[in-house]
Amino acid sequence: MSEDGPEATIDLRAEFERSGVAPVLDTLDRELIGLKPVKRRIREIAALLLVDRVRRDHGLSAQAPTLHMSFTGNPGTGKTTVALRIAEILHKLGYVRRGHLVAVTRDDLVGQYIGHTAPKTKEVLKKAMGGVLFIDEAYYLYRQENERDYGQESIEILLQVMENNRDDLVVVLAGYADKMDRFFQSNPGFRSRIAHHIDFPDYSDGDLFTIGESMLRGLNYRLSEGAAEALRDYIVARRPQPHFANARSIRNAIDRARLRQANRCFSSDKPLTIAELTTIEAEDIRASRVFGGG
Amino acid sequence: MRITQGCFSFLPDLTDDQITAQIQYCLDNGWAVNLEFTDDPHPRNTYWEMWGLPMFDIKDAKAILMELTACRKVYGDRYIRLSAFDASHGCESIRLSFIVNRPKHEPGFKLVRRNGVGRNQVYTTVGYAQDRPEGERYP
Repeated sequence: MSEDGPEATIDLRAEFERSGVAPVLDTLDRELIGLKPVKRRIREIAALLLVDRVRRDHGLSAQAPTLHMSFTGNPGTGKTTVALRIAEILHKLGYVRRGHLVAVTRDDLVGQYIGHTAPKTKEVLKKAMGGVLFIDEAYYLYRQENERDYGQESIEILLQVMENNRDDLVVVLAGYADKMDRFFQSNPGFRSRIAHHIDFPDYSDGDLFTIGESMLRGLNYRLSEGAAEALRDYIVARRPQPHFANARSIRNAIDRARLRQANRCFSSDKPLTIAELTTIEAEDIRASRVFGGG
Repeated sequence: MRITQGCFSFLPDLTDDQITAQIQYCLDNGWAVNLEFTDDPHPRNTYWEMWGLPMFDIKDAKAILMELTACRKVYGDRYIRLSAFDASHGCESIRLSFIVNRPKHEPGFKLVRRNGVGRNQVYTTVGYAQDRPEGERYP
């Protein structure tokens, strides 16, 4: 033991309060419904970064961890939404300097002719420096059937920057699980450079209903008793149908219900009350073709 | 003779960290940063060649430092300057400009005097390195 009394203790809790990351994690918990494994992993990352920072403050070795991530999951499971939050969290924890998010797809990275790809990819990487680069549907970067595809060139530049500028930017890849698996199989370099593979589970029916409710609340609408029932039925009926996209399907359903509600308000000649203007009735949802003939 | 042009030119050369801080200042003000290079640093030569395009939409200085490193790799034997362009309405001009790279040996300029009409004297400055062709001036 050192001479200056008992060993100093470190109050991680106070450190956590001071980092300003607590409100971000709380809104994440509150606003994102479901997604248990995702939230757990984000908390783990936040804890690691915090502990690392404390260690560094006390002169212990703290090598900056690799934070490149891959988000896999079905459509509409909140991958982009979480990516936005990640940028904010990493910024609060001081891991990235600016905390902005640059969202790109294949089009923004891959060029159309020889010699076009490298400058294009570098341009995007420069914009993302100090923040988070989010590559949506990353598996399109690699086209197996065409070996002269320029995507490969883009991948090589990405890998190089991911390795050399680890402190400067965080790359987040997102895509559907099966296609991403195939992508990683053909690009093993990518898999090993990504430390966090986070899988986004599908939402349960209850989660989807809560999501729908909170979307409506954000738009200053409310569901009547019957409409709530109708929305629950809608979710059950919608899930087995083709092109089901979790939260996105719910958003579309809500948008269409708003259209019908507006039309109903418009065609009734009576003067409207505020309550009528903000209430979605069962008939607005029941009119959907999801219910017709199943 | 050390060439003094733009900001900070009477100070010792800026380190990369200091350059990064200056770039970040420019970016925080919303200016677009350009890199230019030349081997004809005559004070009246305002047309330096550009390294790539002006860099708009960049948030972090590190990205521009990467370009500067790439530029130094190719044109390390020439003068490189960094300028920051303010595109806001009513300004639309360079706000800040300083040299970020210079050749190892700078021979400087000589003053040429010519007798004009009558006792009139005409003065010209000529770089000692200027006789040689472009690209071979600062070996």
